[in-house]
Amino acid sequence: MRLINRYPDRPSRLLLVILPFALVLFAYFMGSAERLTDNPNDKLLPSAVQMADAVKRLAFTADVRSGDYLLWQDTASSLRRLAIGLGISALAGLCLGIAAGTLPLFGAPLSPLLTVLSMVPPLAILPILFIVFGLGELSKVMLIVIGITPCLARDLEQRAREIPVELLIKAQTLGASTWTLMLRVVLPQLLPRLLISLRLMLGSAWLFLIAAEAIASTDGLGYRIFLVRRYLAMDVILPYVVWITLLAWLMDWGLKCLTRRAFPWYEGAKA
Amino acid sequence: MSFIKVNNVWQQYADQVVLERLNLSVAEGEFCTLVGASGCGKSTFLRLLLGQERASRGQILLDGEPLAGEPDASRGVVFQRYSVFPHLTVLNNVALGLELPRSPLLGRLFGSAKRQAREEAAHLLNKVGLGHALDKYPAQLSGGMQQRLAIAQALIMKPRVLLLDEPFGALDPGIRKDMHALLLELWRETRLTVFMVTHDLSEGFSLGTRLLVFDKVRLDPHAPGAYGARITYDIPLNSDRRTARAAVDALPAELAGALRIA
Repeated sequence: MRLINRYPDRPSRLLLVILPFALVLFAYFMGSAERLTDNPNDKLLPSAVQMADAVKRLAFTADVRSGDYLLWQDTASSLRRLAIGLGISALAGLCLGIAAGTLPLFGAPLSPLLTVLSMVPPLAILPILFIVFGLGELSKVMLIVIGITPCLARDLEQRAREIPVELLIKAQTLGASTWTLMLRVVLPQLLPRLLISLRLMLGSAWLFLIAAEAIASTDGLGYRIFLVRRYLAMDVILPYVVWITLLAWLMDWGLKCLTRRAFPWYEGAKA
Repeated sequence: MSFIKVNNVWQQYADQVVLERLNLSVAEGEFCTLVGASGCGKSTFLRLLLGQERASRGQILLDGEPLAGEPDASRGVVFQRYSVFPHLTVLNNVALGLELPRSPLLGRLFGSAKRQAREEAAHLLNKVGLGHALDKYPAQLSGGMQQRLAIAQALIMKPRVLLLDEPFGALDPGIRKDMHALLLELWRETRLTVFMVTHDLSEGFSLGTRLLVFDKVRLDPHAPGAYGARITYDIPLNSDRRTARAAVDALPAELAGALRIA
């Protein structure tokens, strides 16, 4: 039988899903154990016990200096920045995308502008953001907003253009004005697409967040990783990376469930 | 007295003439079927009637007034595909037509107004045979049911003109027959003037009270786009229905209304 026609059944699919993760973990802990037997003070590949100790210290013990539980405080700060950034981007992207995709008079000037703006590397203008908005929360949120809004807007503009013209005509014959047409026909059809776009942009949003926190911050997941790098504290960095990955994955999964739950009519929601 | 009057209408895109010297006069309540080869301008003519496009020359009068240059609630339309909104349930697809004109700010009704709109929509949906599927989404309906929905959606606006662009082109023959019966029944009940583009000649002959054939009379082989199509045949059909409609129209209004409902 050709390879292309062979499908895994349920148990073997589960096995195939777990296998690569298991292999990576196995390789890591083998390497870790080997290095630690050679040199018990090795910091490069900490053991599970060392990492668990670090997590216990950061998550369940109050910091001696500030009295905070660092992991949770870092998580809260980062998630707040991310949520504000994503929220503003989603709103701005939706408005720009709908305007550019539905109204030809708005699309003519907006569309090329968005194309050019989405090509500006956001990290290259990070210094400008720090100069303009200062080193506070605003510049970090702005980096996320500037980084992902043009891409969101372009995607939604494209989707708005893909709405069959027949539907727009039909809505007009049902008595819709431009405004109610956008409100009741275009917007609801773009909302599921917005959630999917957000899922795709989550990776970039985290990238911009960590980058901004690494350079100028006093808390946050990115800040902590770059802080302890000085002490080669892999036992902190690795759990933090796993934690960030888990958070990102949960957000992705949550958005997927939300799309499916809120827009049962949208076939893309099943994917 | 003509309800729709087409005066010397030409339509051309760049140097491609699609329609030329089109003259037509249609009385209210006629059922015109438009047939002709592919690309001979039937659908273009329908788009002109809809207001989706403007004629390059000439004008179309509706009840003596020039036709509005954009689609509006006076002309309902059913396309072959994409006629219903995928994000609304069957009931809301029809109720939308009642909500949009009454709520210019939100495009949505609330409370008793909403309940009333939904009742009215449900009543019409029962009549077109979709009473059992009010809460389904269009994607869950078969092609024939989607077109029933599209027709109900257009009729809820009580338009004076119904434009159909190959509405049954994608349906299989049995379903098509049911749809013909439904369409004729609705046409008898309302004072609708119908324009229907079709590729199916027998459909054109059996449904219409008037068959309009579009064809190119002049053809320059070196410049295929130089001449457009005209209406080459204008055939009155189904004289029984035509006379029945005329007889009903001649009656006093209150009596005629009772007859139509019966």
